Amino acid sequence: MAINWFKYSAPSTFYALAGKLIPWFAISAAMLFAVGLYIGFFVAPVDYQQGEFYRIIFIHVPASILSMFLYLVMAGYAALGLIFNTRLSAMMATAIAPTGALFAFISLWTGALWGKPMWGAWWVWDARLTSELILLFLYLGYMALHSSIDDPRRADRASALLAIVGSVNVPIIYFSVKWWNTLHQGSTIKFSGTSMHVAMQQAMFIMLAACWLYAIAIVLARVRSVILERERQTKWVAELPEVRA
Amino acid sequence: MTGLDIWMRENPLTYVWLGSYAFALLIFVVELVLVRHKRKLTLEQIRLLREAGEED
Repeated sequence: MAINWFKYSAPSTFYALAGKLIPWFAISAAMLFAVGLYIGFFVAPVDYQQGEFYRIIFIHVPASILSMFLYLVMAGYAALGLIFNTRLSAMMATAIAPTGALFAFISLWTGALWGKPMWGAWWVWDARLTSELILLFLYLGYMALHSSIDDPRRADRASALLAIVGSVNVPIIYFSVKWWNTLHQGSTIKFSGTSMHVAMQQAMFIMLAACWLYAIAIVLARVRSVILERERQTKWVAELPEVRA
Repeated sequence: MTGLDIWMRENPLTYVWLGSYAFALLIFVVELVLVRHKRKLTLEQIRLLREAGEED
């Protein structure tokens, strides 16, 4: 049986679908966080060079990956909204931005916490760190620009341009450790293999999955409010049980 | 070496847990509360609009 995916591009259909999906993503995220933290703190061995401080990577790496990937997803939705004028795409882009900004902030914060005992400094103007900081500013700029324009459709178009132009920063962050001589270490996990202990890999991938599921759940919850706000004059919103209650 | 440097080297797990994980979890909780609050506010606004419309 073929699924009509276009049906879910209508805010009314997507609102109901998101409401059903949120608990599944949220519960799975909570369970994976618990398992990931257990393996990260109690199963994964101590690193022979970094001692216990290396355990920051189980939140730092997933937060950094999410901050970059969410930006690309946000820019993708913004581009879809700009090209096809689809209402839901712009709403999704708006809903992703705060979560992406928080992951960028967590990435910078935990990086600083790791940097102090390892490098002896909370912050250095390294290419990787600076480009990640620019990513945080891009998220904040996107949200500020969007909220500064009263007409939501005009705000969508203006901020979509910023999101699309800003997406050039994502490959810069990723390749910065290869293009420049940076203090930040390169990728430990490569396609050719890794020297990481298997428990460390498990903890990192489980925490990455947990962060992903959390991000999906919270974005879906936020987009439901955005949909309600933008579609408040429509009949389907007036007929919702939570509105009539 | 400052007091913080000495403390973090003596208590690395507490430093890692409190500084990174507890802080990140706190951020997630704050985000959750804000999203729920926003939904509550939006629903209240829509109900008020609806009531105003019915009165007209």
